[in-house]
Amino acid sequence: MLFNRYRRGLFIASFLAAPVVLYLVYVIAPYAQAFYIATTDWRGVTATPAFIGLDNFVRLFGDGIFWKAVTHNLALLVLLPLITIVLALLFAFLLNVGGAHGVSGVRGSRFYRVVFFFPQVLAVTVVAVLFQQVFRPDGSGMLNGPLMALGIRPVGFLSDPGVAFWSVLGVLVWQAVGFYVVLFSAGLAGIPRDMFEAAQIDGAGRLSLFFRITLPLLWDTVQVAWVYLGILALDVFAIVWVMTDQHGGPDFSTTVMAAEIYRNAFQYFRFGYASALGVVMFFFTVGFAILSLRVSRRERIEY
Amino acid sequence: MPTTPHISRRELLRGAALVPVAGALAACATPAARPGASGSAAPVATSAANPFGVDGKKPLEVWIFDGGFGQDYAKNIHEPLFKSKYSGVEIKHNATKEITKVLQPRFAGGNPPEVIDNSGANFMDFGALSQDGQLQDLTPLLDAPSWDDPNVKVRDTIDPSVVEIGTYDGKFSVLGYVNYIHGIWYSQKVFRDNGWQVPKTWDDFLKLCETIKKSGKMAPFTYAGKFPQYLYEPLLTMAAKIGGNEVLVNIDNLEDGAWTAEPVKTAAAAWAEVGAKYLMEGTTGLDHVQTQTAQNKYKVAMLPSGSWLENEQKTTTPPDFAYGMFPIPDVTGSDKLPYGTLHTQPGENFIVSAKSPNPQAGMEYLRAMLSKKAAGEFSQLVRTLTVVKGATEGRDISPGVTSASQAVTAAGANAVYYRWNNWYGPLKDEAIAATGQLMSGNLTADQYLERIQKKADEIKNDSSIKKYKR
Repeated sequence: MLFNRYRRGLFIASFLAAPVVLYLVYVIAPYAQAFYIATTDWRGVTATPAFIGLDNFVRLFGDGIFWKAVTHNLALLVLLPLITIVLALLFAFLLNVGGAHGVSGVRGSRFYRVVFFFPQVLAVTVVAVLFQQVFRPDGSGMLNGPLMALGIRPVGFLSDPGVAFWSVLGVLVWQAVGFYVVLFSAGLAGIPRDMFEAAQIDGAGRLSLFFRITLPLLWDTVQVAWVYLGILALDVFAIVWVMTDQHGGPDFSTTVMAAEIYRNAFQYFRFGYASALGVVMFFFTVGFAILSLRVSRRERIEY
Repeated sequence: MPTTPHISRRELLRGAALVPVAGALAACATPAARPGASGSAAPVATSAANPFGVDGKKPLEVWIFDGGFGQDYAKNIHEPLFKSKYSGVEIKHNATKEITKVLQPRFAGGNPPEVIDNSGANFMDFGALSQDGQLQDLTPLLDAPSWDDPNVKVRDTIDPSVVEIGTYDGKFSVLGYVNYIHGIWYSQKVFRDNGWQVPKTWDDFLKLCETIKKSGKMAPFTYAGKFPQYLYEPLLTMAAKIGGNEVLVNIDNLEDGAWTAEPVKTAAAAWAEVGAKYLMEGTTGLDHVQTQTAQNKYKVAMLPSGSWLENEQKTTTPPDFAYGMFPIPDVTGSDKLPYGTLHTQPGENFIVSAKSPNPQAGMEYLRAMLSKKAAGEFSQLVRTLTVVKGATEGRDISPGVTSASQAVTAAGANAVYYRWNNWYGPLKDEAIAATGQLMSGNLTADQYLERIQKKADEIKNDSSIKKYKR
């Protein structure tokens, strides 16, 4: 019996060995090494970096640009999930049960479902370059062209530091919403139809259907979405780096933690300092993960 | 035999499986000192024809930044010229747009290539390379006989600022090959057709802007709004013209109050006025290609740029456009430097890795590049000037390059440059951000300079950042 259990464990371990080794070598080990590099003055080329203790972390506290990046990440952490989930829920509800008659979607919902998913198919870089053109400040911009034709002054979507952050947020929402429409649609499909029908017989309108049935029964899925979007909000490197002027500008108005790490490592060649920033970001991410797991612990509803 | 360790087949396999894991764990991200090949061995005798003692059989690896100049000049001009003398040397030609990403791991791993054109947006930090002894001392190259004439040293065939600018930690180690000449660029055809004159004073410049604006034909001025470094260039050149070369020297040396000095204030206020009144609509959101193309389409009259412009725009420039450039006009009437003062700066920086297997051949390659034949053909191919004196003599060159080289001749010794932007990356990014805000009216000239000064002071007081002096 004991031998059998041992053999079973060995059998499982043999399957796990390869992925665990890969994970150790390519994920855990670099993380651990980043902690070490963060305590050195490594500039990327020397083979013998000097140990400088916690100097990089002390310096980091006085780095205004990095803290600006942190506030942008935190703002995204709140706004991106909120806006995306509200929009995605609305669209998912309309596509699945929001129709005028019975439990069905609005007219043309099959078509919309495909359209909503389009942005998800595009690579992030493609989206970023695409929106650079959409946001162009002259007559060839997709948004400014019509504005200028109406005689309105063009908006500096990416060149006005007061507007650029909202442009980035808009693009992130635009790209993310489609996926969550599909996710919530799948969640809705898991809710028994008779619940909606019963509620409708009892005289519930679209609004109360949404708030009394759809939202409570989808709560689990919404929480999953929140965690995913939160992780996305802590990253957002690619869109910011490729789309915005001066990589996180103008005037650092759109920069995020990951962009500052990249800038310090690969443009200023301060790999030690960049690793220290990375360590801080690591703790932000872990903190967020723990927090969201704590908060989302809730009883499941069994049908 | 009790001392013989007993290894079962299973343990052997287990051990064999773990060895690479341990190796990979150790070698992943952190740098590793490797004994590796040392480049100092030079068993080949030196001579006047072979001043560095190049081994005729050892290979030579060349990396070219594949940017505005492409890579054909290396493949078709420089490498064949080198080969003509050392036919036994195998040249491994490579090109990339991402110098850092490709080559930084090679330095960290201890096997860098010999010759690197360390240019483009993602070049490797020269200070970091120098600090670690990765740059070959090129002083022997300066003192070697030139490729064309054994009686003339290489030092005497090139622009003297190359040596000054290429010196790191007291050693000449970076060879700027191209001579970048900065100025205000316009279409000679447009100016001729409209009867507009090249302005000699700043008042004339503003009047010209007003005339162009009123004519309704095109916008007076633009710059690469997404990259405001295109604008702080004329701003600083103007400051140097007003207050003399020491304005820029002080800025480079991070002197207290260098940025808030009176000449810089005057220049910042002058350009802020241009930003407020005469910019092409949407300038702040456009990049260099978009603004330069707008100029080619006759939508804007003037923009600040450098002598690479003509080559960069060759596909969109109308045939009769005729690029021309003029220097910063006289501002105060009592400017310290005369009309014609230019910002010229060697660029397209070539280095030889000290720790590469064959640095001697690397230096010899640079010597070949500095021959009149190599430099002249380069100028013709990529429409730009090199630091080699008189290399374009007797060659048929384009209007823009002609205009730039005339300006250089007219400027004579009145040439200025600055290096803070290459020395202190964070200061450069701050200046870029602030310049954008100055030109869009969100900062006044005083606020603008105070902001940059604050960053400069921050860097001065940060002991972890290596300081440079000139």
